[in-house]
Amino acid sequence: MERIPILRMGEFLLVTIQVDMHDRLAMTLQEDLTRKISETGARGVMIDISGLEIVDSFIGRMMSHISSMARILDATTVVVGMQPAVAITLVELGLSLKGVHTALTVERGVKYLEESAQKRGRGRTNGRRAH
Amino acid sequence: MVVARTELLPIRSESEVVTVRQQVRACCVDLKFSLVDQTKMVTAASELARNTLIHGKGGTVDVQIVEDGGKHGLRLVFEDKGPGIPDIELALKDGYTTGSGMGLGLGGSKRLVHDFEIQSQPGAGTRVCITRWK
Repeated sequence: MERIPILRMGEFLLVTIQVDMHDRLAMTLQEDLTRKISETGARGVMIDISGLEIVDSFIGRMMSHISSMARILDATTVVVGMQPAVAITLVELGLSLKGVHTALTVERGVKYLEESAQKRGRGRTNGRRAH
Repeated sequence: MVVARTELLPIRSESEVVTVRQQVRACCVDLKFSLVDQTKMVTAASELARNTLIHGKGGTVDVQIVEDGGKHGLRLVFEDKGPGIPDIELALKDGYTTGSGMGLGLGGSKRLVHDFEIQSQPGAGTRVCITRWK
């Protein structure tokens, strides 16, 4: 069965979507990612969509779902590399990608994930001290 | 309006939805649509093809390159013989959904094109026709 590879990069997971996904492939990715977050204890997920020529409501919903599921599993999600034409179309379609954090480039995406992991890391240490 | 070229594509599976997107993209390129216009048309096609597959239980799309008074455009006619839409006005509202979607399919695609027509008869099927001009 066709699958989108999930790469591990330290405490983050990296997914690069380069194919025109049919709906089931998007669902499989959602399941694979949540399993991988739980297995590896990843603190962040970066989804690179620079290769995607369109984002329709189905893919948009998948990204929202992944972000929510990851958050429940204590990981932050960032979507990077959206093409300008895709952003324009999404807004007209009426999809605001609520709850999905985006970054323009991979560098900024990594920075966001690191900062987010650090912040939550501090929160955890403080929590332990309080006990 | 003159139809210069037409191609009928089936929509019976998810992979055929992908084929529809690719064919629509190819026609947009032939018509020299800008990248933003291509993206809008392909996104609208993707939403409507999924509607045809899921709500219409499968159907077809007729991909037509049309000409009207020197203007060129791409027209897509989606047809299914599914259960139909009882209340079209309600179905066009953002956020209205009977399935598991976000309810942006119909209303959203309408905003992405220049002309949008929908006819539906409960029990007989649905026909959605969209056109985007260059």
